[in-house]
Amino acid sequence: MMGSRFDRLAGMHSRRGWLVTALVAAVGIVGVPVLNLVPPPGTWLHVPDYMVMLLGKFLCYAMVALAMDLIWGFTGILSLGHGVFFALGGYAMGMHLMRAMAGEGVYRSNLPDFMVFLDWKELPWFWYGFDRFWFALLMAVLVPALLAYVFGYFAFRSRIKGVYFSIITQAMTYALMLLFFRNETGFGGNNGLTDFKRILGFSLQAPSTKLGLYIVTAVLLLLTYLLCRYIVTSKLGRVLAAIRDAESRVMFSGYNPLHYKLFVWTLSAVLCGLAGALYVPQVGIINPSEMQPAGSIEMAIWVAVGGRGTLVGALVGAMLVNGIKSWFTVVSPELWLYVLGALFIGVTLFFPEGAAALLNRFPKGKGSCTSNR
Amino acid sequence: MGVRQLHRTEIQINRLRRPRLSWRGAPETDPVQRTMSLNRIASMGLLALIISLACLGNSTASAAGLKEALQGLGAKSRRTILRSIKVLGALGDPAALPALEALRDRKLRVDEQGRVLILDGGGAFARDIVTGERVAVGSGRLRSPVINNRVRRVLLPVIARLQLSSSSPEVRLAAARELAKRPRPDAAGAIRAALEAERDDEVRQALQLALAQIEIDSQDPRRRLSAVRTLGASADANVRERLRRMLQTNEAGEFTMEPNPEVRAAAADAIRTIERRLALVSLSRNLFYGVSLGSVLLLAALGLAITFGLMGVINMAHGEMLMLGAYATFVTQNLFRTYLPGWFDWYLVAAVPMAFGVSAVMGMVLERCILRHLYGRPLETLLATWGISLLLIQTVRLVFGAQNVEVASPTWMSGGTEVMQGLVLTHNRVAIVLFVFFAVALVWVLLRRTPLGLRVRAVTQNRSMAACMGVSVSRVDMWTFGLGSGIAGLGGVALSQIGNVGPELGQAYIVDSFMVVVLGGVGKIAGTVWGALCLGVVNKFLEPYTGAVLGKILVLAFIILFIQKRPQGMFALKGRTAEG
Repeated sequence: MMGSRFDRLAGMHSRRGWLVTALVAAVGIVGVPVLNLVPPPGTWLHVPDYMVMLLGKFLCYAMVALAMDLIWGFTGILSLGHGVFFALGGYAMGMHLMRAMAGEGVYRSNLPDFMVFLDWKELPWFWYGFDRFWFALLMAVLVPALLAYVFGYFAFRSRIKGVYFSIITQAMTYALMLLFFRNETGFGGNNGLTDFKRILGFSLQAPSTKLGLYIVTAVLLLLTYLLCRYIVTSKLGRVLAAIRDAESRVMFSGYNPLHYKLFVWTLSAVLCGLAGALYVPQVGIINPSEMQPAGSIEMAIWVAVGGRGTLVGALVGAMLVNGIKSWFTVVSPELWLYVLGALFIGVTLFFPEGAAALLNRFPKGKGSCTSNR
Repeated sequence: MGVRQLHRTEIQINRLRRPRLSWRGAPETDPVQRTMSLNRIASMGLLALIISLACLGNSTASAAGLKEALQGLGAKSRRTILRSIKVLGALGDPAALPALEALRDRKLRVDEQGRVLILDGGGAFARDIVTGERVAVGSGRLRSPVINNRVRRVLLPVIARLQLSSSSPEVRLAAARELAKRPRPDAAGAIRAALEAERDDEVRQALQLALAQIEIDSQDPRRRLSAVRTLGASADANVRERLRRMLQTNEAGEFTMEPNPEVRAAAADAIRTIERRLALVSLSRNLFYGVSLGSVLLLAALGLAITFGLMGVINMAHGEMLMLGAYATFVTQNLFRTYLPGWFDWYLVAAVPMAFGVSAVMGMVLERCILRHLYGRPLETLLATWGISLLLIQTVRLVFGAQNVEVASPTWMSGGTEVMQGLVLTHNRVAIVLFVFFAVALVWVLLRRTPLGLRVRAVTQNRSMAACMGVSVSRVDMWTFGLGSGIAGLGGVALSQIGNVGPELGQAYIVDSFMVVVLGGVGKIAGTVWGALCLGVVNKFLEPYTGAVLGKILVLAFIILFIQKRPQGMFALKGRTAEG
């Protein structure tokens, strides 16, 4: 029994695939921190602190891309609402970080600064409990999960699919963004939550904390990747692909697509929430602009650029697009929108398989080759 | 003001026999002006001399008072201005009106010789308010008297009181309403006199309301009673508050404000009437604004519904077609302003085909170059069109700048018609509703009564069958996409008249117009029309209670629940075509 389960796990990749995964994971989890700490600053081998922070941010995006690939690439449901789940996870973590610095804000009040500013006398009920780290972490995955479950239940039950579903998720994103922009909602309105001081007692300004966060993110990304890989190579994964390719046939074969879709949709939201919770302490701010509909569509293009339905493609795409974005916003910000627009058009017109198709041209063993950081 | 006018003034003043107010008159007494340069004082002294000479020429002291007060409007000190306004109000001479109105409209200037001037002819020349002589401006610097809200509060009722004797009923009506808005006991006499002379019913009613608001404070209970009864005809929330105050009680339940029980009963009655009227007004207002919002949504969604119904793809760049239409309007406006200034009021007539053309051509180009290659892949089309929208936004931003541009409404579209007290239908919104009506009728005729429409409907219902029957499907696709985009361009023309025109214009409407399409179902104009109007009206009705944001969320929740019941929208296509 134990042996068969191990075989099942080992069968997720070819031997070469496991080797590459291990190699990339080692570089990502061990290599980067070592290169940050050991070589003296200024030498070519040294990875500067800001680069660690940037990479940590990209890894969070990569986690979102994995979630997006699961729902879009494998199940054929294009969500334009993943930005919301990401932001909700981020807000949960942000609320904890706000509570963790109670009494150290500008106003030295026990309440977060923006509440003092709005002249609120006591904490709203939905802020209770967030002074505990485990509770915030739980909420970071539970709240997106709950929203996704309820929303998905109603949407999938009435068999809303294709572009209809995309539009409705976009409308949800838009509505929630407007909601979070309001001061009365109780999440800091326009400015969001920011000026965090420390996480679990470690100062967020210290490079060592940032490196630690980076390592945690990298490990969690590896685990997420393995989980996704496990799901898509399982029987469940095959049903998902069948729903993507011919939903009616799946129904006629006696499966109820509702539960499968709902499961993968909720899981996807949970992964996004987790990514958001990891993202916020690294960038130090969360505000409603993370929920902009445009942001959610950009998440789709990460996956499209990398190649849908490959998982690896999602990782590569997220790193690639965000790398280009960082570079362009420094070099020539007004050109970036042109590049992004061209990416959207070019990828859909000329590279529907994405970058992963290029990787797959190389000779390989059973299953697809993989890389992970 | 000519000699004849001054003469008339004099006669009126004599007739009215108003007591002269104490008036220290000469601007030299003003503390600010005391610090002026010697040069300035000399010229002011000269001015005083001129005025006194002018006074000698006139036979009465009142006319001199009028002139002095008029001259005081141009003083540097706000106190002097205030005093002059009060004096002019007490004199009650309509001859002072042009100067007071100029002060209100910030068209009053003082030149270096201390003459007070009214700018005229769009600032090309000016007239001296005392002598009426025409003065060229441009040579020498002009100073404009500074007025603030305190001055305005005094100024507006004075203007209104003087306007009561105007020959135009509209001016008298506006004046009566102004007096009702700011009831002042000292205006009571003037209102009574005006009421006696007034023949126009509407103005009479407004005057009575104004008078009642003053008489409600009268000592005589019978007067109060009649005032309260008159006020029942008002639709003003302030009047309601005033009446409520009459019914105030202390802790013991005694009425502290109004001793007379009959008056109290009348007040309670009047409050009820006013409340009923206010509710009706707010209902009508919400309905009107809802319909006007819905009609804009309708133009945005109509094109979307057509392209979506035909090809099953979502055009995320549809909002940018609105934006292009609005910018086409902007460019047309600028062309008219430069080359045909005389026809400027009619630039919108030219902007309509222009906007339609720009957006339609852009739509057809996109269909030919990009979307054609993506048929059968709706989700990819969604992403590609999003990319297009980014390109269009950024291009417009680079060409026209990231700031909003200003699109002026033609004069025939500004202003409004008051259909009910407190309910003004602004002309631009009425024009938009009519315009949308026209556009929908046009689309309906196009789809129902033309060969192109026949083909479009055939392809929408069954693409392959239509192709088998010899319809050139790809050409129909192109024309339909052009039509849908063109209608969005028309929406842009409408939007430019009621909102800001900027590169992100389309983004604000895209989500709402998708909701309309989802609600109304695809392929049916009727569905889109009802979807848009319902969404617009529901949005406006929810806004006062829940705020705009919660209203949007509620509408979204409603739509999701609605689709549970009717997945194909309000007007479902029946039979095989329903299975997309």
